[in-house]
Amino acid sequence: MTTLQEAPATRSAPKKKVRRYSTKPRKSITLTLATGVILLYSVVPLLWLVINATKSREGLTDSFGLWFADGEFLLWDNIVSTLTYNDGIFGRWFLNTLLYVVAGAGGATFLAVLGGYGLAKFNFPGRGGVFAVVIGAVAVPGTALAVPTFLMFSQMGLTDTPWAIIIPSLISPFGLYLMWTFANDAIPTELLEAARVDGSGEFRTFFQVGIPLLAPGIVTVLLFTTVATWNNYFLPLIMLKDPDWYPLTLGLNAWNAQATTNGGEVIFHLVITGSLLMIIPLIAAFLLLQRYWQSGLAAGSVKE
Amino acid sequence: MMYTSRRNLLRLAGAVGVASVLAACGGGGDSGTGGETVSADDVTKALEEGGELLIWSWDTTIKPTADAFMAKYPKVKINVVNAGTNADQYVALQNALQAGKGVPDLAHIEYYALSQFALQKQVADLTGFGAPALKDKFAPGPWNGVTPNGGVFGLPLDSGPMVLYYNEEVFKKHNVAVPATWDEYYEAAKKLHAADPKVFIAADSGDAGTTTSMIWQAGGKPYTVEGQNVTINFADAGAQKYTALWQKMIDEKLLSNISGWTDEWFQALGNGTLATLVVGAWMPSNLVSGAPNGAGKWRVAPMPQWEAGGTATAENGGSAMSVMEASTRKALAYGFLEYLTNGEGVKTRLDNGAFPATTADLNSPEFQAKEFEYFGGQKINELFAQSSANVVPGWQYLPFQVYANSIFKDTAGQAYITPTKLADGLKAWQDASVKYGNEQGFTVK
Repeated sequence: MTTLQEAPATRSAPKKKVRRYSTKPRKSITLTLATGVILLYSVVPLLWLVINATKSREGLTDSFGLWFADGEFLLWDNIVSTLTYNDGIFGRWFLNTLLYVVAGAGGATFLAVLGGYGLAKFNFPGRGGVFAVVIGAVAVPGTALAVPTFLMFSQMGLTDTPWAIIIPSLISPFGLYLMWTFANDAIPTELLEAARVDGSGEFRTFFQVGIPLLAPGIVTVLLFTTVATWNNYFLPLIMLKDPDWYPLTLGLNAWNAQATTNGGEVIFHLVITGSLLMIIPLIAAFLLLQRYWQSGLAAGSVKE
Repeated sequence: MMYTSRRNLLRLAGAVGVASVLAACGGGGDSGTGGETVSADDVTKALEEGGELLIWSWDTTIKPTADAFMAKYPKVKINVVNAGTNADQYVALQNALQAGKGVPDLAHIEYYALSQFALQKQVADLTGFGAPALKDKFAPGPWNGVTPNGGVFGLPLDSGPMVLYYNEEVFKKHNVAVPATWDEYYEAAKKLHAADPKVFIAADSGDAGTTTSMIWQAGGKPYTVEGQNVTINFADAGAQKYTALWQKMIDEKLLSNISGWTDEWFQALGNGTLATLVVGAWMPSNLVSGAPNGAGKWRVAPMPQWEAGGTATAENGGSAMSVMEASTRKALAYGFLEYLTNGEGVKTRLDNGAFPATTADLNSPEFQAKEFEYFGGQKINELFAQSSANVVPGWQYLPFQVYANSIFKDTAGQAYITPTKLADGLKAWQDASVKYGNEQGFTVK
């Protein structure tokens, strides 16, 4: 960081002035150390999860948390037990989660792209009002809406069905806002005008001109909504009673809660292995979509 | 049962669900008589006609029992749903009741929470079903649990007469005698901790269920409930006995601060860090699966006494199964309830590791003769049955105990982590409970 203040006189003479204007990235020990600490902070829990997924119940309590238990490597056995426990309900929960993500996050992304594009590229009366509402909606945590949503849905007879999770997931104010600002910069209005002059209809223009230009932004929103839906806990907790419709978050929590119940079987090792299995798809999604994700985040920061 | 603090938020949500319901029930204070009349013939007819029943329970033994029942009555279909464990389920139940949809026919409710549902007439009074005649089939503790306000609001599913579980290996190693009184317990705590600073006699970082059970055994009666009139007093002789001892334990740092029911806690039970556990008789199956490396080391002894030679015990945890008032198939539900709690279903549940509440099973030679490998072949059921028969009578829970327990950590729990005295902490808990009760439309002193 360079500051505009005069350097105090006690400091040694500044180095070559040229340095200040060079565009070569400079190394900073402090920054490297700080990011290193943050990296460790993020990776250690993951490491813990991987290591402990290889232990038996006894191993979990007998060995050091961040190292493997002596003579035990039960990762495969644990995965098999996780997938077969309770008649293989884990697989069912996994598929439920996938359904909620594909339908919920996919739908939310599609709606956000449609809405963002429309708000960015069409002038209509009341646009300022919509903007205010969207910004306001971003500030409302989903958890606060969960209980009123539950009461509304129970009137409609939708609780305890997949719809109770999918429909609220379709609404992503933040995704809409992101798409809106992104579309503002990513789609030159001249392009749209050219397409109209050439006789293309509005929907065709959107799908053939808009969508390709919006791809980085779409991936960004998709990742956001996917993570949000994948980790959604409170909404399914109050909406769903039937374990057959649980997503993984609720299922694993129910397994964990068995430990606190009289007559319950303690299965921490399966909860840990299940958690590991649960984050693999998310990690894969991030790695695969990383390129788009980064360009999407930086989009709109510089006006070309 | 005990909770984990991460549920506080949920319990709060549940408490909000409870709010103002009382105002809606017209303020009628006497709930002693009520409910409809259903004869044994009605129940038999309902079983023959069949139908669907929805049950909410987190107990793993209900499903196999329901399967056996369906084999016997082919026209009956029972869905058992685990809607969450203890407080989580109460939140879900309150939500469903508020929404007026999705309420189960039968729900698994712990004794401490039952009076709350009973007072709001959300669970059916089974007096008219002939339930009072079953009184002698159940141990006094659990029966007391299902009969708040003079009605019968469910039938006992299991019970939790308290005993002392101790790690014999640790006691032998440090040459400490197993305590028979609470004074000896305190001495043993000092000896063990002095011999090995890593070892604690017990872990307690503040738990409502444990505290009320301890006061119960000491003869304290902090809660008196008569309809809408509630008195809360955590300063009676029984409570003072407990606070005097426990304050010493806290001041001299003789209690480990490991939170109950966590991975760390099970680990400590397995490796000898925690030498004893004073808790209900349902604990063995949790020990077997949660602390497998403690196998062969643990033993059971009677609960330590306040007076040498005494036999008083208390209940800790335990739960009932109740027919919900909103159910449209009460006769059918009652038919299964009888089967489950004092019919053939009891055996199925015992075979699956449940702990009974029925005197016939508690006293059966077969039950008492069972040897447990985990406890070095000890016949622990004998001690459980003995404890069950010696539960101090007359204990009552608040009609808003679920909420009260949820604020225990913020009030009484402070005594474990700050210089606050336990007696003052309990007073703070009392004041907060009184305030909440009055807000809910009760007359609380």
